[in-house]
Amino acid sequence: MLKIEGVHTFYGKIEALKGVDVNINAGEIVTLIGANGAGKSTLLMTVFGKPQARSGRVLFEGQDITRVPAHEIVRLGIAQSPEGRRIFARMTVYENLQMGCLPTDGSHFEDDVRMVFDLFPRLEERRNQRGGTLSGGEQQMLAIGRALMSRPRLLLLDEPSLGLAPLVVRQIFEIIKKINEAGVTVFLVEQNAFHALKLAHRGYVMVNGNITLSGTGRELLDNPEIRAAYLEGGH
Amino acid sequence: MSESTNPIRAARSPLKTIVIDACLTAFVVLILAIPFIGLKSDSVGTSLQLVTRWPLMFAVIGAMVAGRVLLNLWRMRPSAAPSAKGGKGVGATLSAWGGSHIKMIGVVAFVAAVALPFMPFSNRYVVDIATTFLIYVMLGWGLNIVVGLAGLLDLGYVAFYAVGAYTYALIATQLGWSFWLCLPLAGLFAAMFGIMLGFPVLRLRGDYLAIVTLGFGEIIRIVLTNWVDFTKGPDGISGIPRPSFFGAVFSRSAPEGVTTFADLFGIAYSSQHRVIFLYFLILALAGVTNLFTLRMRRLPTGRAWEALREDEIACRSLGINPTNVKLSAFALGAMFAGFAGAFFSTRQGFVSPESFTFIESAIILAIVVLGGMGSQTGVVLAVFALVILPEWFREFEQYRMFLFGAAMVLIMVLKPTGVMGHREPTIRLHPPGKPGEQPEVVQ
Repeated sequence: MLKIEGVHTFYGKIEALKGVDVNINAGEIVTLIGANGAGKSTLLMTVFGKPQARSGRVLFEGQDITRVPAHEIVRLGIAQSPEGRRIFARMTVYENLQMGCLPTDGSHFEDDVRMVFDLFPRLEERRNQRGGTLSGGEQQMLAIGRALMSRPRLLLLDEPSLGLAPLVVRQIFEIIKKINEAGVTVFLVEQNAFHALKLAHRGYVMVNGNITLSGTGRELLDNPEIRAAYLEGGH
Repeated sequence: MSESTNPIRAARSPLKTIVIDACLTAFVVLILAIPFIGLKSDSVGTSLQLVTRWPLMFAVIGAMVAGRVLLNLWRMRPSAAPSAKGGKGVGATLSAWGGSHIKMIGVVAFVAAVALPFMPFSNRYVVDIATTFLIYVMLGWGLNIVVGLAGLLDLGYVAFYAVGAYTYALIATQLGWSFWLCLPLAGLFAAMFGIMLGFPVLRLRGDYLAIVTLGFGEIIRIVLTNWVDFTKGPDGISGIPRPSFFGAVFSRSAPEGVTTFADLFGIAYSSQHRVIFLYFLILALAGVTNLFTLRMRRLPTGRAWEALREDEIACRSLGINPTNVKLSAFALGAMFAGFAGAFFSTRQGFVSPESFTFIESAIILAIVVLGGMGSQTGVVLAVFALVILPEWFREFEQYRMFLFGAAMVLIMVLKPTGVMGHREPTIRLHPPGKPGEQPEVVQ
């Protein structure tokens, strides 16, 4: 479904991605794990066209989207829940969801709001509340819900566990699983390697802008190197 | 002022904080007061003589320190605690009440505005001030689109006002086109200039954007001053035609083939008619600006402006093209300034670059910020504080600017996010538990 081929991305002269290949099949949850600054978020943002890859290709359902402007990519069926949630703090929950359906023609807005509220009952309780007054977990739910409003076939999630309590992280990951079971392919970038690998069908490990390992979630979890580098340290 | 919210300082005993703050105030005022108040140059005969006024200076310092202590005491009163955190406090009740009755207040204000010229107390002076008031309200509402909704800090807004004013002045004096033809043109030209400014500043935000827009405002003014062949430079353009009422002119007698307004309605001629007509004209223009903004806020474009103010990256990830959103905000904001400019020049009958200095931009921006970014009602209240109060206090002459400054400080102390700094949702749903009801639309 999404094919990333030999992608090099630069910030000025700094090469953040040094020839990355990632392949995501329809219906999968694929996770990308790695340390701070490895280039995980950069890869996700490159898929979304900001920054654009200097060389290499990004293919979505066979279509080359490497040079498509960021704001048009969402119309192709990819949605992103950006790092740090980035909800609209002064708008209400409901208005945030409205913003999410801008790329569509709005005809199934009511159904989609229902769907989001069914996934996240907490959001329904708080629908007239301003985004900025929600708790971190609720904000993350809102960010994911807002991304779902464009009816994506592929959902990109950038660190949904960032700054959340372990209990809330577990909730969020369960919902990601539900979303996937409803037919949405998920590409999940995470530092919380343990949870991410447990959830994902397959995973990639990124170190300094290169993919160093890949395999099924189980394989990576059992890999002693991964255990040493990412898992044994509190998780 | 920001120090007092610092947790480390707040942890100190209140008395100590107040004393330290008072000493600091005394020191700062002393530095300022020595040259401003302590020393004074008087001309004695042909020579200048340095006069000292130490008692007065110390009196001023004492007053400042006392004021500062009172302010601190007021801030530390027990009930002030929540206001430091959630912005709930003295003024919050005002805006909360205003929020729930906003529609009614709007209607009442509009009716009052329509009735104003026919009130027994309204003479030419009152209507004139009301007209000035409405010009600033309209400018404030226009800038509110750019600054309040789209979050683009524009310090050169007066440039578009100037473009509108000169468009009408030049076309009317050179080509003799009527006001009604020129009005849309003025808006169009101003919008074009808005886009011209918009393109280079697309990548800029915050302070950097403010500097470039400030420069843009100055460029326009300096071009108007120096392009003497075209704009008559600092002399300005005079003899700008007055608008007509569907072809009927406002004068005692009219040339052949033209009716006067008084004849058209069969009433006695009064010089007051034109003043009132101009008042209604700006009332209509301002009303259109307000309705337009309120409608826009509920359309995808208006929503995108607000979203852009909140978070540009999130906007992009939701498929909003920031380029279009920014340009549309600049263009539409500028358009309303253009309309206001055309009105200004037809009202004055004379324009010169002097009317479009930076201080005008600053006042309009202050109106938007003090009113509460994005609040339409707030703009009206702020115009009242910043334009009408100084006008009323004209008798106090010397203390006018002092009161102006005091009003600003008071607003910032009481309501740091502006008089109406509370964003109203454009749509409010009934709480869950009352299912099946339609969303209630609020203004």
